[in-house]
Amino acid sequence: MATEDKAEGGLVFHPLDQFIVKPFFGDGPVQWYTVTNVTIWMGISLLAIVGVFVLGSRGRAIVPSRIQSIGELIYGFIYKMVEDVTGKDGVKYFPYIMTLFLFILFANYLALIPMSYSPTSMIAVTAVLGFGVFICVTILGFVKNGASFLSLFWMSDAPAILRPIIAVIEVISYFVRPVSHSIRLAGNIMAGHAVLKVFAGFAALTLVSPVAIFGIVAIYGLEVLVAGIQAYVFTILTCVYLKDALHPHH
Amino acid sequence: MATETTEAAGVCVDAGGSALGMPQLCADWMPNQIFWLIITLAAIYFVMSRIALPRIGAVLAERSGTITNDIAAAEELKNKAAEAEAAYENALVDARAEAQKIVAEAKAEIQAELDVELQKADAEIAAKTAESEKAIAEIRDGAVKSVAEVAKDTAKELVSVMGGSADAKTITAAVNARMKG
Repeated sequence: MATEDKAEGGLVFHPLDQFIVKPFFGDGPVQWYTVTNVTIWMGISLLAIVGVFVLGSRGRAIVPSRIQSIGELIYGFIYKMVEDVTGKDGVKYFPYIMTLFLFILFANYLALIPMSYSPTSMIAVTAVLGFGVFICVTILGFVKNGASFLSLFWMSDAPAILRPIIAVIEVISYFVRPVSHSIRLAGNIMAGHAVLKVFAGFAALTLVSPVAIFGIVAIYGLEVLVAGIQAYVFTILTCVYLKDALHPHH
Repeated sequence: MATETTEAAGVCVDAGGSALGMPQLCADWMPNQIFWLIITLAAIYFVMSRIALPRIGAVLAERSGTITNDIAAAEELKNKAAEAEAAYENALVDARAEAQKIVAEAKAEIQAELDVELQKADAEIAAKTAESEKAIAEIRDGAVKSVAEVAKDTAKELVSVMGGSADAKTITAAVNARMKG
């Protein structure tokens, strides 16, 4: 996490050290079951979500408490998004989309706490999310529509000559979806945190430290935006893919 | 991955504890993240779908139900108020009409009474006038007779004083002729 200053003379940047996965308890190799810093911060996200949505809504108040109204706001926001984008029949997938959104949102925002760890900056994590959405949506598309799901790639309103070409492009873009879906999220979060670290490294130089600290503040503000926007983008793209699976005919 | 025994620092880390390349791409760390991610997502999904979302959905539904009910109740009360106002207006109009009727009736009654009284009074006045006229006529007649008598007497006296003798008949005729003239 923190950059160790090894040499007095030169600046040593290790902007990527913050992403190192290490066991939380003691040392040793990282096994698949080891409780690592990733595990801990995912757990903190889970606890925060439980805190807002379960403990916050404990009162079931008609006039909500502050935390309950945050939960209701997020609920209403995602519910409306799912309903607007996928239509009425997409509403039954609302809990899955809510789960994705909450995990990304909370992981993104908790990662902005200094010395924290950002699970959503890891390609492995976002790839599981992105490919998970891709595989589920594709299976769902075939289950719901059978072979007519393939009409998603066949633009029936395009000129006949162009249709095969468009189909090829559509297929390629369909299979690129999970890659862009996951790398967009990881790339944004990782880049932001790495840039913060680079500015922090510059802050060690007396001459430029005011600029560097101002830069940290500015980038941090940007990252606050990015954290929310990336969670939103991931969720709305999931909704769009789900809509394609449910209604493949344009 | 598990069998690769390197130094305690790990696989993708150099001797100084810094990352070798991008930690994101370190394949040895991926199973760990994937495993814990799936656990976390399952836990979030479980908590959300079993506890939080039904609860919040119920609260929102209840709230919108309450609001709808309240709005309906308010609408009903408003209608009632409008009804009451209409009834009040009606009553007011009725009362006004009634009042006007009563006023008209009273006026008519008074008018009738007045007419009767006036007629009575007129008749009385007429009777009194007739009486008075009779009395005046009597008085006048009396007066004229007296004047004629006085004139005759005076004329007789005058004639006798002046030395003439005049019979009463002539004098009377003369006086009567004068008085007619």
